[in-house]
Amino acid sequence: MKGILKLAYKLLVNDKAKFTALLLGITFAVFLMLQVTSTFIGMMKRASSTVYNIAAPVWIMDPAVQSASAAIGMPDYVLDAARSMQGVSYAVPVYSGNSLVKLDDGTYQPATIVGLDDTSLYGRPRLLQGKIEDLYGENAFVVVKDGDYPKLGSPRVGTEFEVNDHRGVIVGIADVASGGLFGTPTLYTTYNRALQYLPNPRFTISYVLLQPKSVGDVAEIKAQVKAMGYLALTKDEFIGRTSSFYMWQTGMGINIMIVAVMSFIVGLSISGQTFYTFVLENIDKFAALKAMGANNRELVLMILSQAGFTSLIGYGLGVGLCSLMITVAKTRLPSFASEISFVNLGLGLFMVVIIAAVSSYFGVRRVLNVEPFQVFRG
Amino acid sequence: MTAIAIQATDLGKSFGVGDAKTVALHDVSLEARFGEMLYIVGPSGSGKTTLLSVLSGVLRPDAGTVSVDGNDIWSLSPDRLAELRLHKIGFVFQDFHLFPRLTTAENVAIPLILKREPWDQAIGKAHEYLEIVGLTKRADLPPVKLSGGEQQRVAIARAMAAQPEILVMDEPTASLDGDTGHSIVTFVKNEILNEKRCVIVVTHDSRIYDLATRILKMEDGHLVSVENGEVS
Repeated sequence: MKGILKLAYKLLVNDKAKFTALLLGITFAVFLMLQVTSTFIGMMKRASSTVYNIAAPVWIMDPAVQSASAAIGMPDYVLDAARSMQGVSYAVPVYSGNSLVKLDDGTYQPATIVGLDDTSLYGRPRLLQGKIEDLYGENAFVVVKDGDYPKLGSPRVGTEFEVNDHRGVIVGIADVASGGLFGTPTLYTTYNRALQYLPNPRFTISYVLLQPKSVGDVAEIKAQVKAMGYLALTKDEFIGRTSSFYMWQTGMGINIMIVAVMSFIVGLSISGQTFYTFVLENIDKFAALKAMGANNRELVLMILSQAGFTSLIGYGLGVGLCSLMITVAKTRLPSFASEISFVNLGLGLFMVVIIAAVSSYFGVRRVLNVEPFQVFRG
Repeated sequence: MTAIAIQATDLGKSFGVGDAKTVALHDVSLEARFGEMLYIVGPSGSGKTTLLSVLSGVLRPDAGTVSVDGNDIWSLSPDRLAELRLHKIGFVFQDFHLFPRLTTAENVAIPLILKREPWDQAIGKAHEYLEIVGLTKRADLPPVKLSGGEQQRVAIARAMAAQPEILVMDEPTASLDGDTGHSIVTFVKNEILNEKRCVIVVTHDSRIYDLATRILKMEDGHLVSVENGEVS
């Protein structure tokens, strides 16, 4: 059987023009599919950046919250109630809001302000410069060094700015797991300072962050929170809820899906047609093989191996090309939001398998129907 | 009397339906024996290629039987029939049907590869057959780099590589000039044909008739005469 596979391989790769056209078609399709889905995944991760960066296991929120960036304030008693629930190890408040920051050159820059629990600083970022304790200092803020950091004038430790006519000073520069979706730089401070600096509605707690005593306690905690009229979600559930909102309620998901489907159709058309032409151009050779004694199983194996080999090579090239493009783009555009994950790698592979299957299906049909008698017709 | 390689009885074959129906074979019976070079001759459209196709197991007749080794080949399953063709019958096609993307040696090795011989072993044997047909130095070239006569010899080497008992040749001189065609068929008669092998040649090239053991003449799907032998 190895010999037949090698024969199929040589017939394929030695036809350099067709093989190149097939590879280009599949590579291009995989590249497009991965590119659009990577962009979508990157954007979804950024949409949940607060959740990724704070990384609390359980989040309590108003049931009307659809995405992590649109918090609805909750009264203080929710925090007190959470702390008294069975199965809760500890609970802390977090504030998340937006404000205009006045830079020292007089310009204004919208920024996301995250206020961490004053006592524990739970959810604090990893500092690249400065000490986290300095956040307790007067007017102290920590700035996140992400793609939007230059919008604040690339501040250093000691740089001063204003938030709602309050003086602020950078005491640390931090690194986080994910930058934000909306292109605004992020400043961390304490919860109480955030309330002091920003105009507030009646209820001020954006989320209550919970640490359950054990994973088994989460279900009971959820039930108790629900009984209060609020919603408790695990980190992954909250990320999923945010992604679902952007996917289905903003049109973003549908548009990305349309582009991905178009990439698939383009890839399928190019690869399918080229592969079918390849089979047609070799149909007399397949007929000759049949006449010489090759059975249908062997011919089908040859075609499937040719389609499979081309598809896998094209898939690898497409993944490589997409990875290269994302890597290069991220060095030039820090806010570039594409991210390859196992999900879109798997999706791309699935689509490539379909392309290979459809392409080879028509070729197989043609070869199975060819009469070996055809070779005697000259 | 030598052993019978192929026995065909009352073969009938037609193409098309209604007014477009063409009878290609009409009650054709014949025997091909080991050790003989049997020619099937006749004008274009007389049914000789159809007869060759039916005899070699690539075209199912509408009526009649074809026996190889005492077995009716058209009662075999498609896979068994393919296996029989692989092991018993070698083909030399009119247009050679060599694979342009493979080397000459790889072309010759195809029947061996189909017989599941390891690749390197098949290529090794292919070189031996290329030596027999005098093309050792062309082994690594693609067939398109060879002359018509050389391609024909490659096709013969390929047909012989699986050591078939029956060699069928369809218009072996059609693509060659007179001298080359004659020398190719002479080569087959002197080097390939033996008492354990039968060669069936379809041709309308009278310049090679002198090499035949027997000549069956066809007209309009009928076997009309036999030269140098008896009517089957």
